[in-house]
Amino acid sequence: MALTNSRPAVKVLWGELEEDDGEDLDFLLPPKQVIGPDQNGIKKVIEYKFNDEGNKVKITTTTRTRKLANARLSKRAVERRSWPKFGDAIHEDVGSRLTMVSTEEILLERPKPLGSKNEEPKAAGDPLAQFQKGAVLMVCRTCGKKGDHWTSRCPYKDLAAPSEGFVDKPPTSDAAAGAPGAAKGAYVPPGMRAGAERTGSDMRRRNDENSVRVTNLSEDTREPDLLELFRPFGAVSRVYVAIDQKTGMSRGFGFVNFVIREDAQRAINKLNGYGYDSLILRVEWATPRTT
Amino acid sequence: MRPILMKGHERPLTFLKYNNDGDLLFSCAKDHNPTVWFADNGERLGTYRGHNGAVWCCDVSRDSGRLITGSADQTVKLWNVQTGQQLFTFNFDSPARSVDFSVGDKLAVITSDPFMELTSAIHVKRIARDPADQTAESVLVLKGPQGRINRAVWGPLNRTIISGGEDAVIRIWDAETGKLLQESDKESGHKKTITSLVKSADGSHFLSGSLDKSARLWDTRTMTLIKTYVTERPVNAVAMSPLLDHVVLGGGQDASAVTTTDHRAGKFEAKFYDKILQEEIGGVKGHFGPINALAFNPDGKSFSSGGEDGYVRLHHFDQDYFNIKL
Repeated sequence: MALTNSRPAVKVLWGELEEDDGEDLDFLLPPKQVIGPDQNGIKKVIEYKFNDEGNKVKITTTTRTRKLANARLSKRAVERRSWPKFGDAIHEDVGSRLTMVSTEEILLERPKPLGSKNEEPKAAGDPLAQFQKGAVLMVCRTCGKKGDHWTSRCPYKDLAAPSEGFVDKPPTSDAAAGAPGAAKGAYVPPGMRAGAERTGSDMRRRNDENSVRVTNLSEDTREPDLLELFRPFGAVSRVYVAIDQKTGMSRGFGFVNFVIREDAQRAINKLNGYGYDSLILRVEWATPRTT
Repeated sequence: MRPILMKGHERPLTFLKYNNDGDLLFSCAKDHNPTVWFADNGERLGTYRGHNGAVWCCDVSRDSGRLITGSADQTVKLWNVQTGQQLFTFNFDSPARSVDFSVGDKLAVITSDPFMELTSAIHVKRIARDPADQTAESVLVLKGPQGRINRAVWGPLNRTIISGGEDAVIRIWDAETGKLLQESDKESGHKKTITSLVKSADGSHFLSGSLDKSARLWDTRTMTLIKTYVTERPVNAVAMSPLLDHVVLGGGQDASAVTTTDHRAGKFEAKFYDKILQEEIGGVKGHFGPINALAFNPDGKSFSSGGEDGYVRLHHFDQDYFNIKL
């Protein structure tokens, strides 16, 4: 944990940068030099640049990195910190990579999405109220329940077999395909056999569901930023920012999954073309929808 | 949060334990080397070499000077935490399943598995301050329960020993006389093997996890059932937050079924429940196999989980976690 104690970094917005005249003479300059950090945590960076008049200037930036003191550590614990390694850990070189920080942001996934409480009365209020009378209109394709909820809000969604591609098939044939007896001789994967718990087959579907692609993100945008940006629209079940494995830099796009489709649509309407961190976001459905 | 992944073990994890200050994390696995890590950044400090079988359990003394480990090689070993040096070996006639230091670290309770014609047993050993004075004699041996005893821990003031195991009954024994004091009854007790048992920070209540897909909270003195947490998967590990009223259950489907289903179906999450309302707060994903071990840092701000996949995942909570409201 290091705190960089340099002059406040002014974020350079690309829009404010002056246009280059086309001549790029940077290759004439000596390379950047980095010295330190030494015992006191002082680091020197020497760079060369052309100034406005075209003269070569040397820029020396001195920064100090400071360890954040953790005051709550007990004296014993501090002592233990400097214990020599033993056992197999003695031969551990820096590159052994036994300990890694996860590249994926793991969220404490709430079973009840944050927005769901106030969502229900609202939903029951306007459009659904009409359907409730002619309840036949609202049939859940996942669990087959009538007039209770839409397919996208089915509480048993995770338990259902993937039915995405077969929506227009009549339900009778669908049921037959699922039953192991009907397909005689054919191989049935263990997860689909009778008695098996069918929780596993929603891999593809789950990632597609209400997934929103966000492109033209700035490189500094991380998953928590994206979450912060999208959370006001409704419960978010997943955020992901593509990171270049080699450089550790953001690749400039990411995905956000919403629990409720309408929230996702609202987010798209609102945030597509929204200026974020000097760039203009492009927000759209992750999978091209036929409808 | 971005968990820290620690890949020091080549076999499934079996047990995790923080020391009292919460700066060291001890991990046991089915490979033969218990390992100690720095709990803040996950750096490996050392390994304890000498066991010749899966290590099932460990405990560390309050001053973080001694480590005791129980192994399937039918030994329990005492270690110097700092140097990794072996101090003493207790030999048994069957694998040692669980170990626990008493308050004051003068005694240790060890459970041994049933093996051939031997029945399972709970042994109480005196732990000498100076390893040179250490003897192998048992102060007390308790027998009776059928099947393996998966966990035995000390009750308040070292007066009792609480045990749970394959017969699904939780028993409280008198640590002095060895008399059976209390037993969980059929109605309120677990239906299947009890896999784990942890005490609350103050010892007033304890939590047991079982393969019957539930975890139960019990009062230590009266042995009354306080709460039940129901989940969808067998519970292999339980932990209680010392800071908030949260309990964490870890588990997953049987290892034998893992390869035939999608990893998401396995529910290999650490599930957080509200201790009082018994409602699920959330799940932390990440392991590619059942969770076998869970431990909360004594400061309540981080927890670690060990899985069948051989990884220890160390999670430092985000600020959001502390503001969760149901």
